[in-house]
Parts: sequence; structure tokens; C-alpha cells
Amino acid sequence: MKRDGTVPEVEFDGVTKRYGNGHPVLEAVNLTILKGEFVSIIGPSGCGKSTVLKLISGLTMPSEGTVRVDGMTPKNARETVSYIFQDATLLPWRTVRQNVALALELEGASSHRREEKTGALLNLVGLDAVADAYPRELSGGMKMRVSIARALATNPRLLLMDEPFAALDEMSRDRLNEEVLRLRAEQKWTAVFVTHSVAEAVFLSTRIVVMSPNPGRLYSVLSVELRQPRTAELRTATEYEELVGHVSRTLREARSQ
Amino acid sequence: MKRKLITLANSLAVFAALLALWQLVLWVFRVPPFMLPSPWAVTRAVGRRLPSLETAFAITGEEALGGLLASIVAGVAIALIFAQSRWIRRMLYPYTLLLQTVPIVAIAPLILMWVGAGTASVTLIAFIISLAPIIANTTQGLVSVEENMVHLFLMHNASPAQLLFKLRLPHAVPSLFVGIRIASGIAVIGAITGELYAGSSRVGEGGLGYSILYASSQLQTDYLFALVLAATVLGFSFFFLVMFFEWYFLHRWHESARTPEVE
Repeated sequence: MKRDGTVPEVEFDGVTKRYGNGHPVLEAVNLTILKGEFVSIIGPSGCGKSTVLKLISGLTMPSEGTVRVDGMTPKNARETVSYIFQDATLLPWRTVRQNVALALELEGASSHRREEKTGALLNLVGLDAVADAYPRELSGGMKMRVSIARALATNPRLLLMDEPFAALDEMSRDRLNEEVLRLRAEQKWTAVFVTHSVAEAVFLSTRIVVMSPNPGRLYSVLSVELRQPRTAELRTATEYEELVGHVSRTLREARSQ
Repeated sequence: MKRKLITLANSLAVFAALLALWQLVLWVFRVPPFMLPSPWAVTRAVGRRLPSLETAFAITGEEALGGLLASIVAGVAIALIFAQSRWIRRMLYPYTLLLQTVPIVAIAPLILMWVGAGTASVTLIAFIISLAPIIANTTQGLVSVEENMVHLFLMHNASPAQLLFKLRLPHAVPSLFVGIRIASGIAVIGAITGELYAGSSRVGEGGLGYSILYASSQLQTDYLFALVLAATVLGFSFFFLVMFFEWYFLHRWHESARTPEVE
């Protein structure tokens, strides 16, 4: 715990990442994400947004500096972390129900607990009706719901999302954004969310990290102080639109850096 | 349904036309029966020699099936080793190409010398010839898993065994079936070719390849045609058997198997 009473979930301390021996994709990143925050990372392509998530998950290691998750090394912290990818990454040979149960299965949960948890989650994300369908029968939005349910099955404290809604149409995306906020209000996880969409970042986040490219650096960190709970009506509020404008301008500056 | 009937009627009409053409050639050119028997003579030969046809069919069928099953087991096992690392693949892959390119007729005499005439040699030849496509396709399936899928498993602390049995192997099943489909055709060809060399340990009794050789030496051309017919039926049986299993295992989830169509 820090002196001001806040607890860090993720800490980046002077993190630089190079692939091979070329230029760094990420340079001297210092960032602390507190428990309960919803932090969006936004920036032009090639600024190392996804690399940030890969570092937090321990799927890749920093070249310099340290990454801590819940005070541990990323690999040791994996038990409490779930990752949602841009494509739904469902196993096509498993039904929706079996896909949601996958993470629990890998962690060796009993079949009783698996069934109970899976049932509850399918209900939570509104997939009861298609529980026994195979992924190929689902729409893009539904596949993403399955992916979210699977990620939540292990009761994660930290959720990493890598442009999960980028491939969806705007209506599905908006609905899933609202869904994510509802789930977070119930389950209180911390989220790190990578996106291309300023509107999405503003709608979801408590803080927005704007990154600049070549090499990837933190350009600016913006607090989002919008009323809670956030609902669909927020999208038409002036304060929301002003913030979207502000973030867009910052993003433009970051790009021309 | 109606369209299917029309398709069926069309193929039957083509078949009848071919038979008519065949008969016509016989009449016009006055071909002697030992060169080309009439369709009717072939049909009679099938009826007359049915028991020996059945025996030859069963012998070759067993050899081809034995070779195919063995190549599936061995091929998957080898593919699992290949999937371990790029290094192993680079080192060993050229040898599977060798397996594919060496003409079976060239090594058949060797096998005959080592194993002896009969079913064992023929099964071995069918096995060797059908092994390469199984290895190649299964390896492809095992290593072509999306990186994010692997990451997903790693994020949930999956063990190497879980990665293999819950991700890589099921992912490789459609590719395995592509391999089996190719292998099933050449296993039959391999068995028949093998019999031409290593036909039978008993005189006058053997599989289709052996009987073809025997019939041609005796100028029993009508029986020869009946044997060729039986070989075709055997090839088709293998093809449809594999199609059925492919459909059975994949139709629920895999795109390729949704409508089993023979093109």
C-alpha cells in the first residue's frame, strides 16, 4: 500500500522493450495503475499499446526496468489476471458452454464448480439460449460475449483487454461497452483496455493513457471525471463530447510528436 | 431431392452411353475377346468368379487398411515429434520428402527380399507409401495454432500436456483428415502395386494385384476387367469410409465438413 492509502495493481518502473536488437518499441515507461481503476491506453499504431498488455501478462519480458502486478512478477500473478484478445479466440470444437469453462478446466476446478460458474456467467452475459451452440454459429458480438464470460470465469482481479471490440459494428460495440461497465460495477475488477476509439476510451475509463509512437512513450495521462453510473445517455451529454474532443486533440498532438 | 434425381439420371445416362460406345467399338473393329471383352462378358465373369473376386477384394482391402491404420498411428506420432521444434523439423523433414518421392516399385523388391512374399510385405508397402501425407498434414495442423490461442492457454497456466491435448491435437484433426483422405487413396494403390511384386505365398490365390497379374498371364481378359472393377470399388469404399469418419468427427464444428460433397 502506498502512503496515500491507494493500492497499486500494476507498476511499470522505467520499462523499455526492444524486439531483437532494433529500436525500442517502448521506452522508459513509468506507470502505476491502482486497484479498481479502468485505464484505457490509446495511441497511433506502432506506439506499443499491445506490448504494454503483453508485459503486464508476462507473455513478454521487459528489456530494461521492472513490471510488477499486485506486487509480484507478472508470471506469478497470472492466476488473478485474465486476457481478452481482439479476436474472440474461441476453440471452434467446443460449444459455448465448454469454451466458457475452459479457463476453469485448465486451472483444475472441479466439474461441479465449473458447471455452476459457467451457468451463472452464461446467464450474466445473456448467452443462455446459445449455450450448446458452436462458435461458428454465433455473430461477432456474441463470440466476444463468450470470450468475456470465459475471462471472468476465474474471478480475475485484473482484466487485460486488447482492442476487444475493434472488429464489431458500432451498435454491438456500444452495447458491449455498456455491458462491460455493468459487469465491472458488479465484480469490481481493475481493467487495462487498449483501444483505437477515443469515444470508447472516454465512455469506459477512469483514466486514459495517451501514447506517442517511435519509440512508444507515455505522452499524457488524463483523468476522466464523468458521472457514475455511466449509461447510454452519457454519450449525448456535452461534458462527454467535450472530453472526447479534448482526448482527440491530445492524440493528434501525440501523433505529430 | 429432385435435383439429386436428375444428377443421378445424368450419371447413369453417361454410364450407359460409355457401355454402348464400348460395345460399338467391339462390333466396328471386330476386336477379339481376349483383347477386349464385351461389357456382357465382364458382367458374366463377375458372376462366375464372384467367390474368388471377394477373396481377392478382402485380401487387398485388409492389406490397404492395415497399412493405412499403421500410417495414421505412426504418422501422428512422428508429427508430434516434428511439432516440438522448428529445429527438429528442419533436420528431419527432408526424409519424409524422400518417403514421398522414392518410387515404390523401386523398393518393393527390397522389401520382398527382407520380409518375404505375402501379406506382411504388401501391408508394409501400403504403410510406407501412405505415411508421408499423414505426417505432413498433421504437422501442419499441430504448428498452425494461432498465437493468441497459445497465449490464452499460457495465461491460465496451462501445462504442456494441456496445450497438446486441449489445443494442438484437436486443432490438427481437420488437417489429419486431409492427410488420411490422400493416404487412403494411395494405400489402396500401394497395396495393389505391392501385390504385383510380393503377391502371395500361395499359387493362384492372392489379392487384386496378384490376381490381375495371374489373369493377364492366362489371357482371362474378362476376369481381368472384373478385377479392375473390384479395385475401383475398393478405392471408392476407402474414400467414402474416410469421408464418413471425417463428417462424423467434424460436421458439428468445422466449416469444411458442413456439407459433404464429392467434387
